[in-house]
Amino acid sequence: MSPKTLYDKIWDAHVVHEDTDGTCLLYIDRHLVHEVTSPQAFEGLRMAGRKVRAPEKTIAVPDHNVPTTAGRENPDNMTEDSRIQVAALDKNAKEFGIHYYPVTDVRQGIVHIVGPEQGWTLPGMTVVCGDSHTATHGAFGALAHGIGTSEVEHVLATQTLIQKKSKNMKVEITGKLLPGVTAKDIVLRIIAETGTAGGTGYVIEYCGEAIRDLSMEGRMTICNMAIEGGARAGLIAPDETTFEYVKGRPHAPKGAQWEAALNWWKTLYSDDDAHFDKVLTIEGESIEPTVTWGTSPEDALPISALVPAPEDFKGGKVDAVRRSLDYMGLTPGQKLSDIEVDTVFIGSCTNGRIEDLRAAAAVLKGKKVKDGMRAMVVPGSGLVRAQAEEEGLADIFKEAGFEWRLAGCSMCLAMNPDQLAENERCASTSNRNFEGRQGYKGRTHLVSPAMAAAAAITGKLTDVREMM
Amino acid sequence: MDKFEKLTGIAAPLPLVNIDTDMIIPKQFLKTIKRSGLGVNLFDEMRYDRQGNEIEDFVLNKPQYRETEILVAGDNFGCGSSREHAPWALKDFGIKAVISTSFADIFFNNCFKNGILPIVLPQEAVDTLMKDAEKGSNARMVVDLEEQTVTTSDGESFSFEVDPFKKHCLLNGLDDIGLSLEKVSSIDSYEEKASQARPWV
Repeated sequence: MSPKTLYDKIWDAHVVHEDTDGTCLLYIDRHLVHEVTSPQAFEGLRMAGRKVRAPEKTIAVPDHNVPTTAGRENPDNMTEDSRIQVAALDKNAKEFGIHYYPVTDVRQGIVHIVGPEQGWTLPGMTVVCGDSHTATHGAFGALAHGIGTSEVEHVLATQTLIQKKSKNMKVEITGKLLPGVTAKDIVLRIIAETGTAGGTGYVIEYCGEAIRDLSMEGRMTICNMAIEGGARAGLIAPDETTFEYVKGRPHAPKGAQWEAALNWWKTLYSDDDAHFDKVLTIEGESIEPTVTWGTSPEDALPISALVPAPEDFKGGKVDAVRRSLDYMGLTPGQKLSDIEVDTVFIGSCTNGRIEDLRAAAAVLKGKKVKDGMRAMVVPGSGLVRAQAEEEGLADIFKEAGFEWRLAGCSMCLAMNPDQLAENERCASTSNRNFEGRQGYKGRTHLVSPAMAAAAAITGKLTDVREMM
Repeated sequence: MDKFEKLTGIAAPLPLVNIDTDMIIPKQFLKTIKRSGLGVNLFDEMRYDRQGNEIEDFVLNKPQYRETEILVAGDNFGCGSSREHAPWALKDFGIKAVISTSFADIFFNNCFKNGILPIVLPQEAVDTLMKDAEKGSNARMVVDLEEQTVTTSDGESFSFEVDPFKKHCLLNGLDDIGLSLEKVSSIDSYEEKASQARPWV
C-alpha cells in the first residue's frame, strides 16, 4: 500500500461515494452550528420539507452575536436583530432535535471552544461548521473546515458534503521555541511566510518538535489560523497530549469504546514516505514575539522590526500596503514597539482558552493597565470563565483594570456592541486585522495573549520578554 | 437555482488584492435571517460614508458601473470569513461572475451554490481584462461558461478551467442537496459500516 498522509487517511475513511471525476460525497461526523450562518439553512430545510439527518451529530450554540455583558439571559437586553437570530436558533434547535447550549447554560461559549471542551471533537473525525475558524478542531487530528450556509443546509439534510480532495502541505517547526514565544507567534510567522493565499488548495499538516511540544490549546491556536493562510484545513497528528486532553470529557468514548478508539487514533499519522505537494520548514528558535502592522494577517513581523514601506513589496501588494498604512495610520520606518494602543481585547476562538488567560494574567499580576486604556477579557466559554474565577485569574484581570465579560465572539468580529470606534487602535488576541473588522475604521494589531497584556500595561505594542 | 446563461455585461475593475468577505459585506449586515436584500450593502464601507452617502470615486457608484454584472478583481478575492452573505450580496447587486488570479476556498465554493461563476485566469489575462473593464459601460465583456471563455470588448478571448461537476450544476441550475439525496442508499450503507468500525462517533 502506498504511504499516506494524515489527511489522506482521514479522507479515505469518510468517502461515501466517488464520481469518476474525483468529486466525492464525504461523510461528516460532527456539525457545529451557530446563530449567524444557520437561520437560512434551517429555513431551506423547512421549505423543502426535509429533516436533519443526524441530529445526534449536530451541536448548536449561539456565540457570534450574543452580548457579553451581564443580564443577557433576558432577551430585552439584546438588540433586536441579535434577539431574532438567537430566538431563531432556539427554535430551530428544538424543532429539529439537535444538541443545544443556550446562553443560560454555563457550557455556552464560542462554538470552537465548546466542541473540544465537551469532547464532541475527536481525532480522525470530519468536523464542519458555518464558520471559517472551524479549522481549530484540526488540532485533534480531525479534518475540520468552514462551510457556507448552503453547505450547512446540505450537511443538515444529508450528513455529507460534496468535496474534491485538496493537496497536501507540510509545515514543520523544528527545535524549541525561545522564552516568551507562543503558538500565536508561530502561526503569525507561518502566515507571514506563506501569505494569506499560500495555503489555498491545500490541507496543511503542522509538525516538528515545536508543534509536538505545544499543549492542545496551543495546537488549537495554530490550526485556528490555518484559514488565514488560505488552507482548507490545518491538522496536527494526535498523540499522548491529545489523548490525555480528550479522555474523560463528557462526549468522549468510555470503557471498551475508548480502547477501540485509541487503537484507531494511534494509526493517524503521516507515513514516513508520504508525499507532500508543498513543504515549509521554519526553525523554532528564529521565531520572535510577532505582531501585525497592516490589514491582512500576512502583514506580520517580529516586535523588534520597523513598519515596512510599500516599495518593499511587489505587484498588487504595493498598492495594498499603501492603503493599509493609510488605514492603520502608520509611517514606514516607525518602530512597531512605538505604536500606541488605546484598547486591548483578550478572547476569541484563537486565544480565549484557559491557558491564554493564564498567560495574560501572569504578565498582569500586581500591575495596572495604562490610564485611559480600555481593556477587556472575554473568556471563550462559560466553563473557561468559571475556571479562571476559581484560579483567581479573574481577580488579577479586574484588579489590573480589565473588564471581565461573559463568553462569546465579542470584539473579534464586533457584531455585538463590543466594537472599536473610529481610529481606535487595539492590541487583539483575535485572528483578523481586516479593515473594519473590529469596528468601522478601527485599527487592529494581532498579538498573543501575553503580548496583549504587556500592551495593556505600557499603552503600546511591547516585547513581553522585557517584562518577564 | 437559476441557470447560468451566456453572459454579456458590464465589467467593473477592482484591482485591490486580498479583498476579504468583511469588505464585501461587513458584519453588521449578517444579522439578517434571510438571503435577500443584501445588494444595497455590498462593499458597504468602501461604497458609503458614515452618513450613508455614496462615495463618488468608488467604482460601483460611478454612473457607467451601476449595472455591473462582472467584477475583475485582484488576487485572493473573498478571503476571510465563510459568510455566504458575501455571494448573496454580490448576487443581489446583480453580479454573476467574478474574475481574479485566485479566490479563497470557501468563498469560491459559496459562489457556485448561488449561481455565481468565479473565474481563475493567469495574471496577464486578468491584467488585460482589468484594462477592458476600465472602459465602463461603453464596453461589454462576454462570459461563456459552456465554451469556458471570457472575451473582451475587443474580441480577445481567454479560456478558463472549471470543475466539470460544478459547471454542470451551474449550467443546469441544479440543487446540490437534491443530487446528494439521490445517493441516500450509499449514505445509509456508509453509516452502517462506520457504526461498526467507529461506534464511538
